[in-house]
Parts: sequence; structure tokens; C-alpha cells
Amino acid sequence: MDRAIAIDVSRLSKTYDGHQAVADISFQVYAGEIFGLLGPNGAGKSTTLRTLITLLAPSSGSATVLGHDTARDADTVRRLIGYVPQERAIDRFLTGREHLELLAALYHLSKAEAAKRIGELLKLVELEAHADRPAKTYSGGMKRKLDIACGLLPDPKILFLDEPTLGLDVQSRLRIWDYVRMLKARGMTVVMTTNYLDEADQLCDRLAIIDGGRIKIIGSPVELKVGLGGDIVSLTLKETNRIPALEAALKGQPAIRAVRATATGLDIRVESPEKALPAILESANRLDCRLEFIKYNRPRLDDVFIAHTGRRIEEPTASSEE
Amino acid sequence: MREYWQEISALTMRWVRRLSREKFSMLFTLVQPMLFWLIFFGNLFQRAADAQVTQAPNYISFLAAGVVVMTVLNNGLAGGVDLLFDKENGFLERLMSTPIHRSSVILSRFIFVMTITSLQVLVILGVAFLFGVQPATGLPGIAVILLIGMLFGVGLTAISMAMAFSVKSHGDFFSVLGFLSLPMIFLSSALVPLAAMPGWMGFLARFNPMTWAIDAVRPLILSSWTEALPHVGMVLIVMAIFDAICLYGGAKAFRRAMG
Repeated sequence: MDRAIAIDVSRLSKTYDGHQAVADISFQVYAGEIFGLLGPNGAGKSTTLRTLITLLAPSSGSATVLGHDTARDADTVRRLIGYVPQERAIDRFLTGREHLELLAALYHLSKAEAAKRIGELLKLVELEAHADRPAKTYSGGMKRKLDIACGLLPDPKILFLDEPTLGLDVQSRLRIWDYVRMLKARGMTVVMTTNYLDEADQLCDRLAIIDGGRIKIIGSPVELKVGLGGDIVSLTLKETNRIPALEAALKGQPAIRAVRATATGLDIRVESPEKALPAILESANRLDCRLEFIKYNRPRLDDVFIAHTGRRIEEPTASSEE
Repeated sequence: MREYWQEISALTMRWVRRLSREKFSMLFTLVQPMLFWLIFFGNLFQRAADAQVTQAPNYISFLAAGVVVMTVLNNGLAGGVDLLFDKENGFLERLMSTPIHRSSVILSRFIFVMTITSLQVLVILGVAFLFGVQPATGLPGIAVILLIGMLFGVGLTAISMAMAFSVKSHGDFFSVLGFLSLPMIFLSSALVPLAAMPGWMGFLARFNPMTWAIDAVRPLILSSWTEALPHVGMVLIVMAIFDAICLYGGAKAFRRAMG
């Protein structure tokens, strides 16, 4: 498939204070997609994002946004993008409208143009009724909506979101997801970082899993899951001392790709459950293993993450600096 | 150029709005603690201070120049605080991701701090007037006092912003601030003329740009243009050097933080 490239990152590295935050990463973002950078804290997602929005200059390698180099042609890039920072970058003393007015001036909009756009945005994020209250009276979800309105004010070609739903309640979260999907429907390219697997899974067209400053794998959530090779049948055994015997018996059987012992049983990766299940049950019977529980799973993004990084996303990394 | 001005005025308005939203803070910004120095210290030391030493009709008229420059000092050193908070909560990043001249943020801060400082200096001179201190050089003298205050304030604000961009946490910022301000005041001619200081303190005070500012402001309040002009000429040179150093350092810190 031949698609227009919105962002091209080539062999990008960033080192600060002797610590390599991002090491030789390359990827492309296509126009009109939602692209996710998924990884634990300190993985290098934010560093990558900050380079793309011209706040950091690469130590080596390069990044271009719509054909413009983020370091040499930073001002042009800044005119094309919108940014929603990770922290609630809100001035508590200003009202929602004043935030947008300030940004409108920084994007050099005329008064009339600014007023029109601000009216539309306030409506879009449903903050019209609260637009003239200081932001310190806003709830977390409202602040996030204002953040997003601020990011959209320049009418950007590409919107960058840094951990858009971090710390939000479920409802606000779903609301933000709706906005992002709507922006995509309008033809906007969206690049976001997240350390929520479900967010990456549900929202992103494609994602890059980043860990330790490197990209482990890139693809659509479906591709990544299929790439793991098959569905998983999890067995829980009544007598855990029988696990090794059953593991040995199942290994190498047709329709079974891999067998891994867990604390209470086995995780069996199968090509098709229809063929594999009878074989598994037959072996269990023959070895006199009594089964407590059988669970059948399609792979989740968690499994993809573990397969490519060797651990769960929630587990802390050695460096917590982001 | 028009865009540049649009950025600077919008950012400056933000500082003004912030201040005006906090009614208390605004009140205490104008009716500031520095007034206590003038009113209490000035009157308290009236009899303890020797008029032969201060060369002034009374201590409060001697102290007025010191309090004016102390106001500039405090405002200048605190001038970077809001940028520090902007840096910490990500607002600065948001501003920097927009297509603005990098210097607009800094310039807006200079304009705001200088304006507030000038207003405060006027309040101090007004209160001093109520205590019978009439500036000898009149309104033109007051204009020169404001100019000197701004020249000193620019350098101090630059130092403060440089610190705001460089420190790791705002605890560090406030420790350094607290540490700096008292020695700056005592090792200057704010409270006692240089000639009356212990030798070593007088020696150190000569290297304090604040001394030069006070020594120019004081004759503008106490004596006459003939007395003041050589000091004013001198302070212009000292401040040109001081500001050049501070602005250079500030620009470096800013580029490092934003690069």
C-alpha cells in the first residue's frame, strides 16, 4: 500500500547528560492515521515526541514533519503541528477562553479569526458554559479538554498528544478517545504516546513499541497480535507436580506451536484450537493429569508487549527518567 | 515585526491577568513589605543613626534610596519565579511549541517586571514623601531614578530567569534566592554609607552593583543635580557592564534549557 508519509524519523538518537534516552530509532507515520508510541515510563517515548515537536534537537539522525526538518526548519514545523502536553499545562488563573486567546496571538491569528475559531473549539470540547471561569475551578477532565482545544487551535495538520488520558476517570477517557477518532475522521494525523495497552489497542491504527530507547516492533495492533503466532490455551492443573510431564508430552505435537509452564499450569500456543484441544485433552487423560480449568485466549496486546520486551508494561524500568 | 509585537503583548497581558486575578496578591504587590523597611527601619533608626555619618537631614531620607534599590533587587531576583513554574507544569513547553520568537517569552517577563517595579518605586517615593522626604531633583530626578532601577532590574531579572531555566527543582531556586538577597543588602550602601562601614565590608560593598545604584539614587533624593550627575554617569557604565554579563549568562542558560 502506497501512502503519503507525514513524519519520517531516520536513525534518531538523543543523549542527555551521558544518558542515551533514544537510540537509533527509525519509523514513519502515514498521513491520516493514529500512530501510537507505546512503552513504559522512561522508555524514550516523550523524548521522541519532543524531538518531533522541535523542543529537542536530535544528537544524531533526523526527523522530518511533512517534509520539513524539525531542527533546521523548526519554525515551519511549529506552524503545522498542534501539541497537547502530558502535564496539565494550564495556567490556573486564566480562563479557558483566555488560554485560547493567548495561543491565538502566538499563532498570529487576527482578532476576528481567533474569535471564530475559539467559539468553534469551545463548542467542540463542550466547554462553552465554563469558558469564562478561571481554570483552577475545572475538573481533571475539563482541563484535559481545554488542553486538547489548545492543541487544536492552530488547526494543525498533525496533532501530538503526550499521554492524553493519564490519570483520567473512565468516562473522561472514553470522551477523549471519541475526540481523537473524530479528528482522524476529519483527516488529521494524530501521534500519541501512551503506556496504556488498551488505549493503544483500541485507538491506534499502528503503533511502535518502545523500550529502553529502542523500537522493538511496529505494526497495527492486529498485525502485532497475529505476529505472535496463534491463540493461547491456558491450563490450570489440580496437581502442579504433573506440569513438567504434560509439558514434555505436548511439545512437538501437531497444531501446537509452543508450550510454556506457568505457576499453576501451562500456556500453550496453538495454531487452531479446534485441532489442538482434542490433542491436549487426550494427553492430559493419558498422563492422568486432572484439569482444574481451561481457558482459551486470543493474544492481547499485553502478550505482544511481553513477547517483545520480556516483561509487563507495568513493571518499572531501571531508569525512570522520561 | 507586527507578529513579534503581537506575541510580546499577548504574553505580557498574561502576566498582568495573573496578577489581577489574585486580588490579595495584587494588593500586597503594591503595598509591599519593602514599605516596612522604609517606615519602621527608617523611623526606628532616626536617633540611632548619626546625621554626621549619613549626611542626611534624617535617617528615613537617607534610607529612601536604599529601599528603592532593595525593591528593584527583590523584584529582579524573583522575576524568574513564574517562568520556573511554567517550566515545571509544562506551560513553557506549550509556548515553545508555537511558532513564536524564542525571545518573546523572556521579553514579556522583562516588560512586566520592570513595570511592576517602577510602580512600586513610585509608591515608595510617595510614602517617603508623606514622611517629609522631597526628592531634591524633582520629577526629572524621579524619572532618572526609575531608569536606574530598570537598568539594575534587567540584569537581576536575567540572573533570576537563568536560574529558573537551570535549576532542577524549585526548592533549589528559592534557597539560592534567600541566600543571595541579605548579603546583597548588607554589603551595599543601602543602610549605612560606605565610608562608615568596617573596612572589609566597605571593600566588598564596592563590588556590589547595588552600591553604585544607591549612590546615584541617593543624591538625586537628598542633594542636587551637580552632586548627582557624576554618580549617575558612573552607574550607567557599571550597569551596562552588569547587564551585559547577566544577559549573556541568561541567554546561554535559556539556549541550553530550550536546546
